[in-house]
Amino acid sequence: MPRKGLLISALLLLPLPVLVGSLFVGVYSIDPLTVLSMLAKRIFDPSGTTPWPEVYETIVFNIRMPRILLALVGGIALSVSGASLQGIFRNPLVDTYILGVSAGAGLGAALGIAYFPGIPGSVQSLSFAMGFAAFFTTYTVAKSKGETPVISLVLAGVIVTALFSALLSIIKFFTESEKLAGVVYWMMGSLAVTGWGPLGQTAPLIMVGFAVIFLMRWRINVLSMGDEEAKALGVNVGRDRFIVLLASTLMVSAFVSVAGIIGWIGLVVPHTVRMLLGTPDNRVVVPVSASLGAVFLMVADDLARSVASFELPVGVITTLVGAPFFLYLLKLRGGSAWK
Amino acid sequence: MEVVRISGLEFSYHGIFSVRADSLSVNGGEVLTLLGPNGSGKTTLLKCINALLKPSSGSIAICGRDILSYPRSELSRAIGYVPQSHTPSFPFSVLDVVLMGRVSYLSIFQQPSKADYRKAEEALSTVGISEMRDRTYTNISGGERQLVLIARAIAQEPKLLLLDEPTAHLDFKNQVTTLETVRRLSRERGISVVMSLHDPNHALMYSDRIALMKGGKILHKGMPGDVIDEETIEEVYGLPVEMIEHSGRKFILPRT
Repeated sequence: MPRKGLLISALLLLPLPVLVGSLFVGVYSIDPLTVLSMLAKRIFDPSGTTPWPEVYETIVFNIRMPRILLALVGGIALSVSGASLQGIFRNPLVDTYILGVSAGAGLGAALGIAYFPGIPGSVQSLSFAMGFAAFFTTYTVAKSKGETPVISLVLAGVIVTALFSALLSIIKFFTESEKLAGVVYWMMGSLAVTGWGPLGQTAPLIMVGFAVIFLMRWRINVLSMGDEEAKALGVNVGRDRFIVLLASTLMVSAFVSVAGIIGWIGLVVPHTVRMLLGTPDNRVVVPVSASLGAVFLMVADDLARSVASFELPVGVITTLVGAPFFLYLLKLRGGSAWK
Repeated sequence: MEVVRISGLEFSYHGIFSVRADSLSVNGGEVLTLLGPNGSGKTTLLKCINALLKPSSGSIAICGRDILSYPRSELSRAIGYVPQSHTPSFPFSVLDVVLMGRVSYLSIFQQPSKADYRKAEEALSTVGISEMRDRTYTNISGGERQLVLIARAIAQEPKLLLLDEPTAHLDFKNQVTTLETVRRLSRERGISVVMSLHDPNHALMYSDRIALMKGGKILHKGMPGDVIDEETIEEVYGLPVEMIEHSGRKFILPRT
């Protein structure tokens, strides 16, 4: 047990060194020691002149730092929503995509990019609104006589996803070619947004959603026993599941609105955490997934901005890493983590 | 004291199949068995008593208060439920599963406290399975799982325990172990029990009262010795049987 406690503590602290290390990475090469002394000066002596060029300050604190923090909160949003949805649906192959949230958010963002390019915040708010619209459609369709059976919810999610994807195809078809590139690039998923603005728009929403799920993490254990059992044990299943779904949708659509569709984290991270810790107990799976999700997306983004002379979309990297890893886990463990 | 009082209850599945119980009550510390063939309405009746199904008419009172006036969490502090077919989803430890019995005492954002853990450990030892606490719930046998679910229901600190065919899928020994445990809990803690059973001999051995069900209706109810005889069992199961007595105990055997 103490060994496991040590492992959990180590995993929870891991984002910190990864965050600092990510500050070293970028096209413009800055010596890591210089970056560290810049950090130290920022923290302990923010006033006074700097011995390094002004452009260093801009690169490290206004370009790299907000981007890395965006990766951090995005990793939390995707992995924690994945972990909680897998719990309440009792299905290891579920994440926010199954509810149609990302398809909805995707349609909204594409509308914004294609038709309201000049209006600030239009992409974010449309993506956010459509993400919620997709979620509510799924939920309303699935709900009958005050109950929302899991199977109806999953089926409704599939249908809503198909519908929003078809609408997205129509938008792409009617979009002028120079704007189409923007839509396509956004859809591949990228954190190449600049400055603190996008972070300020998403981080608070993600933190609110995360706080709700963090507080409900034990209750998610009970919900994972199935509707009828949870109800018999004294849980208001409809209400509690709705709150978890809402918090997950909030986190994910907030992130999708700035970064596009970045896949696989919500599936791969919680799985890995359950296998590493040898327990499905969400009291540890939720916080450790948040931590590992943040690490995963920060490292993937480091790769995205350093492996080639041009920048790769990070969504491509998470898929390239995530999908084979997932296959490997399935093959290696024969799905034993679920038995 | 009356723990359960059912009056004029009717439940119907889209008008095709209906279950009726005009009048049925369970007293404190009493074991009532619902006995009858598959599809006779035992599970439906149990679920109505636990408000998992809503009857189309009639009323159920738990401890003298109408079931509809209970918030879900309060009802679950009064009624422990051991479901019939349980599909394990995640490989939780046995202790974690039993701990879930405490959820009705906690608010939505609350985590179980040390006191809740103590209650869960107590429930394990009450059922006599303390040594199983760290085992994985999905890796234990059906009989062990049944006992874990009973422990979880005990952790709810209920006045009434509902068990839906607690002996289904269990081997000979585990059937007896489970039923002995249920009766002991009822005797020691004064918990009322309503359970459904398939086997008339189990019903004879472990019930204070029996309700014989067929086609969604209660045909006979009363003390085991009064309710179970060759005629009533043949009527309910449609199988010729004979009743024999041995060492002062009655047994039902199929007539072959």
